[in-house]
Amino acid sequence: MKADSAVIRRISGTAVAVRGNDIDTDRIIPARYMKELTFDSLGQYSFYDRRFDESGNPLEHPFNDPRFRDASILLVNENFGCGSSREHAPQALMRWGIRAVVGESFAEIFAGNCTALGIPTLTLGREQIEALMQRVESDPQTEIRIDLEGCNLTAGDLSVALSLPDTQASMFLNGTWDTTTILLEGREQIGATAESLPYMRDFPYDHPRGG
Amino acid sequence: MGKTLLHKVWDLHKVRTLPSGQDQLFIGLHLIHEVTSPQAFAMLEERRLKVAHPERTFATVDHIVPTDNQSRPFADDLAEQMMRALERNTREHGIAFFGLDSGLQGIVHIIGPELGLSQPGMTIACGDSHTSTHGALGAIAFGIGTSQVRDVLATQTLAFNPLKVRRIEVKGALSPGVCSKDIILSVIAALGVKGGLGYAYEYGGAAIAALPMEARLTICNMSIEGGARVGYINPDQVTFDYLEGRRFVPRGEDFNKAVDFWRQIASEADADYDDRYELDAAALEPMVAWGINPGQAVGVKQKLPKAGEVKPEDREALQIAYDHTGFRAGAPIEGQRIDVAFIGSCTNGRISDLREAARLARGGRVASHVQALVVPGSQQVAEQAAAEGLPEIFREAGFEWRGAGCSMCLGMNPDVLVKDQICASSSNRNFIGRQGSPKGRTLLMSPAMAVAAALAGEVTDVRQMIKGGRA
Repeated sequence: MKADSAVIRRISGTAVAVRGNDIDTDRIIPARYMKELTFDSLGQYSFYDRRFDESGNPLEHPFNDPRFRDASILLVNENFGCGSSREHAPQALMRWGIRAVVGESFAEIFAGNCTALGIPTLTLGREQIEALMQRVESDPQTEIRIDLEGCNLTAGDLSVALSLPDTQASMFLNGTWDTTTILLEGREQIGATAESLPYMRDFPYDHPRGG
Repeated sequence: MGKTLLHKVWDLHKVRTLPSGQDQLFIGLHLIHEVTSPQAFAMLEERRLKVAHPERTFATVDHIVPTDNQSRPFADDLAEQMMRALERNTREHGIAFFGLDSGLQGIVHIIGPELGLSQPGMTIACGDSHTSTHGALGAIAFGIGTSQVRDVLATQTLAFNPLKVRRIEVKGALSPGVCSKDIILSVIAALGVKGGLGYAYEYGGAAIAALPMEARLTICNMSIEGGARVGYINPDQVTFDYLEGRRFVPRGEDFNKAVDFWRQIASEADADYDDRYELDAAALEPMVAWGINPGQAVGVKQKLPKAGEVKPEDREALQIAYDHTGFRAGAPIEGQRIDVAFIGSCTNGRISDLREAARLARGGRVASHVQALVVPGSQQVAEQAAAEGLPEIFREAGFEWRGAGCSMCLGMNPDVLVKDQICASSSNRNFIGRQGSPKGRTLLMSPAMAVAAALAGEVTDVRQMIKGGRA
């Protein structure tokens, strides 16, 4: 059995800001690009309908700006990743090169999906995000350093305290964000819980075809 | 203080607390479909893991199926490949699959309740955000991503953060022409699309108690549009009557045992809630979500808001909505011309939705410039509708009657908007590009309102149709 989890303590790189509240996962990756059996080719479709018009001509978008092409940290505003539960959204961003997302707030399913891929979703206050976005937009080469252990982000002379749920922090710092391995360790307790459930014990599904 | 249903179900299903601080929860029912499962099966195979509980896992196909010509192979090769992958994965892992030839295929959130797979007191997971639907039966049901689909396949458990509970008390009674879709659109408009972050929504009160099960499913379905990953309604006699006799519901003495358990699982009268919100059903009117998120909704008699009339943090989204829709602030939504009407989806594709739609469509005529689609949520819904003569009523009125699937809700199958068409839609999301065209525009409303719009060719108040003697 292979486990993919590695300890993640620090992430550094340049950043790209995608402004706006309530950016939904349909915008991050339109549904028509989800007709794929693997996630491998999804990176190119990140924010596709914001980046290209209907004839395929490029539009103005940070992901189309060559100055931000190597960015590994995504800066966003409120409720980023709302809507559809599609993991295709963080998968596309990861394959684009994103390793961490810093924003005002995140939709829960999206944040959970990011965690499962080893991508921290870190929160900052509105003013701090704004300052960070302005810094990155005026100087795309700004090196951002995220320290998960100290819950801190620096960008040049700017230093801010990050907020990360304890559960996420623990998973990254201990390398347990790949949950399957951890969950499997509870095998015996899983069996005990299952047997205690009335609908498993007393009235289980009647499978006409043997299931 | 008493416990809520959420806390009771949580405690029953808790396997252990993980080192991260999350809880490991047993999942009573895992529903899978063709879009978010193939990568999970591949991850499983890569790690040489088996499906832990194939007898608690059920599959169907919904997002990619064409609703006009369903013969195989599908015209879209990518859709055909996804279909084949699901057929292979379910066969190899011994998972029951309700395919196109089963007579039981349909949208995953329609067939779970319909087959009696979804039951009170269960934890239910599916790689689709509208899994909150099943909470209407008194289950704790939530959408998950593909890595979590892998977790459930491999272990039948999930790592989950605790949730707070907000009680949404809907008092009073709905007026004629106003329905459960209008309740949930009003809740989202009031509390916002991120108001539910960190919460499960528990819906209750006189107006909810009076709703039949299918109308309750519509409410819980859209919890996620308000940011709440979980929405539920305490099980009551309506729930038990709905479930009795369904395919996967226990029978005879076992049914009585089940009902005893289901009764116990409901929130106690003195349960402690983290937050409360109350609204009066009698004050509601038919709603139209006009913008680029489901919270941008107004009553059909209201005017579209000006920047000064919304909260400061919502002004930017409001501007994007006007840029995208081309609508004018201060203009009425009633009278807005439409191009397409869509009745269907996991929100409103059930038999009661189609009956109501047919009642209003009978003897009418779809406006000449409008394409109108009626898409049953499942093959069983389609069969029941046929037995009641509904397809003929729709066809005579100029609606297209289709096969079961997600259809025009999300742009993953041939049913899509073209260019900047405006669609009166009974679905759940009006996000930019949601219905398959990047410039398309979606007006969310009840099925009754969508039929009214189809006939009038523009957004219209269904209550006038009802008063005018039609239906």
